[in-house]
Amino acid sequence: MIFPSGSGAVPGPDLPQTDEKVTIMQREKSLTRSNGAGWGFALPGFGLMVAFIILPFFFAIWFSLTNQRLISPNPTQFVGLSNYTQLLSVGTILLEPERDENGATLRDDDGEIAYPRLRNFTRNNPDYPKIQGMREWFSWQTGPNDELKRVILAKDVVFMRALKNTFTFVIIVAPLQAGLALLLALLINQRLRGINIYRAIYFMPVVISIVVVAFLWRLIYDGNNGLLNNLLGAISFGVIEPVDWLGQTSTALGAIIGMSIWQAVGFHMVIWLSGLQTISPTLYEAAELEGSSKWQTFRYVTWPGLRNTAVLILIVITMQAFGLFAQVDVMTNGGPLDSTQTIVFQAIERGYGKQDISGGSAISVLLFLIVLSISLIQRYLTRERS
Amino acid sequence: MKHLTLTAGVLLASTALAGSAIAQTELSMWYHGAGNEVESAILNQIIADFNESQSDYTIALESFPQGAYNDAVQAAALAGNLPDIIDVDGPVMPGWAWAGYIAPLPIDEAEFADFLPGTKGIWNDTLYSIGLWDAAVALVTRQSYLDDLGLRKPTLDNPWSQDEFMAALDAAKASGDFDFAFDPGMAWTGEWYPYAFSPFLQSFGGDMIDRSTYLTAEGALNGDEALAFGEWWQSLFEGGYAPGTSQDGADRDTGFNEGKYAFSWNGNWAALAALEAFGDTVFLPAPDFGNGPKIGAASWQFGVTTASEHPEGAAAFIKFATQDKYLAAFSDGIGLIPATASAAAMSKYYQDGGPMADFFALSEGQALVRPVTAGYAVVAKVFEKALADISNGADVADTLDAAVDEIDADIEKNAGYSN
Repeated sequence: MIFPSGSGAVPGPDLPQTDEKVTIMQREKSLTRSNGAGWGFALPGFGLMVAFIILPFFFAIWFSLTNQRLISPNPTQFVGLSNYTQLLSVGTILLEPERDENGATLRDDDGEIAYPRLRNFTRNNPDYPKIQGMREWFSWQTGPNDELKRVILAKDVVFMRALKNTFTFVIIVAPLQAGLALLLALLINQRLRGINIYRAIYFMPVVISIVVVAFLWRLIYDGNNGLLNNLLGAISFGVIEPVDWLGQTSTALGAIIGMSIWQAVGFHMVIWLSGLQTISPTLYEAAELEGSSKWQTFRYVTWPGLRNTAVLILIVITMQAFGLFAQVDVMTNGGPLDSTQTIVFQAIERGYGKQDISGGSAISVLLFLIVLSISLIQRYLTRERS
Repeated sequence: MKHLTLTAGVLLASTALAGSAIAQTELSMWYHGAGNEVESAILNQIIADFNESQSDYTIALESFPQGAYNDAVQAAALAGNLPDIIDVDGPVMPGWAWAGYIAPLPIDEAEFADFLPGTKGIWNDTLYSIGLWDAAVALVTRQSYLDDLGLRKPTLDNPWSQDEFMAALDAAKASGDFDFAFDPGMAWTGEWYPYAFSPFLQSFGGDMIDRSTYLTAEGALNGDEALAFGEWWQSLFEGGYAPGTSQDGADRDTGFNEGKYAFSWNGNWAALAALEAFGDTVFLPAPDFGNGPKIGAASWQFGVTTASEHPEGAAAFIKFATQDKYLAAFSDGIGLIPATASAAAMSKYYQDGGPMADFFALSEGQALVRPVTAGYAVVAKVFEKALADISNGADVADTLDAAVDEIDADIEKNAGYSN
């Protein structure tokens, strides 16, 4: 799927030109025979894949339509799409400001316009049946003098934030990581003494378990005397105050993004490198003879040669980025204030932590649909135009 | 015909005899403490003593690391491979009883009359599990801090009020000697939050769930008392008294012993290290926020599974293991609070005048078990997130409302966790 099939010019094994029919028939015979053996050999691996990938996939779809629990004596019941509506329901309400007897808007201590509390509308209020149990997702001022407040509510605000954080993560990580990896690959794709040492250094974080890496980075990001704060303090002669990187809503997701890019960049560097090394040196020689500049060489020789690699890397990074979990689990637990909630973290938190397999399954199915549609869009955008 | 019957009879009798001669029934037992040598040694000693003491049963022990233990039990239950005896964490017990993993303990509850209340796993008025020890939490500080800051030493009968407690924190903060005045332990995510912090809520007069029905959290977790608790909780962090959720785990473990914190909300398991660091370490009772001082109760307990074919044998072992000498041995080995006063008197740390005797009194006087419902797993998770969010500045009322909604939705989804 990822690699376009060859142009058909691949030379096959040499077929004898004489007695063609007989040989082909014999070949077919041996092919069918060895085919059986082939299936036999494939069976253990194939069986495992069916048992641990394909079956769970269909289980997840089924569970997401039921009220399946991790442990429960109650029988499982079919509940239709209620798990999905629970996750995705949104509503809206227009809040009037609080006014005094003269109709002037009241303001709170900070001078902000005071509005009635949302819980008056969303809890036990039969006048607003559609928004019962919902919470504020985000809001903005509107109306004359910006006095009104339009509030968008969601039944499951945490999941909405997880969606937003995950998309933010993907949108930032995919281009940055791919670009940085390409840069490193270009640097490393040189015949220099000791270049393998650099290759090893850049690749090292990939080999270390992500959980270990996350633990180390938690120390680096420590708010009081972490490495990063000490470093920033030292190079700025103490001007930069220590920042609680993982403890603030404004920096937590950024901290995880930075660390994630650093961790996996080496892996994609190696893929870029393999792509670079498939480009024929004769093309570079020709470009040099033509007197092309470095940029022109990259633009017209290197980049076109990396086309398939680029598609592969983009899709792989996107899929990996959507699976963001271990860093969050180790470093922030989704906090502070949901600023690092992600889709997979929520799926596991619900399915396992809160023992709600059906809810976790519904999130997994949604994630599958998201990744599938994005991959299809990427495929379409990067298709070969003939 | 007669002859045949006779032969058959003799044959039967002889098999039965032979059976009883060789058949020591083997009972399997799972335990969560793999990796802890002292703990394993004590448990192995109990098992060896039991195996020698009678000829009907032998116990075969299998230990798991604590982090993987609950998973192993759940997987075994799904696969139908539960052992005869398991140990279970107190607040998890109702869930396992509800799911049919563990059976009512076939021992008369009266046998454990002198046990600390937190060691008895009672759900639906039935005893399911019994613990050899309990754990307790205290406000850890140094006598010298109290003296320097000019503070009254609170006692069990006369604990600090909320105002006195906050005045103490103010004094510690104003002294400038500490990174933070109070360390509640925000780095310990997971069960620590409901275990250690819900007693504050209860002392305010709220609770994680309405314990009269266990069907809703409305009013308990978002009533006026709970809102007061939430505002107070938030003020600890916004006022700069306590380190928040990004606290370094190492600071939590050693911060008090290094003098970074004036007061630490910590358990008896950390008491020995604190005493070693400072000879004048004292363990103060929880402050009284209006409804009496409260601390959490219930630790690991033993129970018999529904899969056991010999529950009477399993019960015999549990009864055997709950002798005072073993309670004292566990206490001496790993510092836990013995389940009975008589065992406490035999123990190194908890006898009268022992260094940690305060904890026994705390456990006896203030302990309150966490909500006894099969829905606790969800309640605990929701409560943990609510407290983390509030400490990070989330709106108190909205956060507690959302927590109530989530708990109620889960209870409804599980048909009230009733049968």
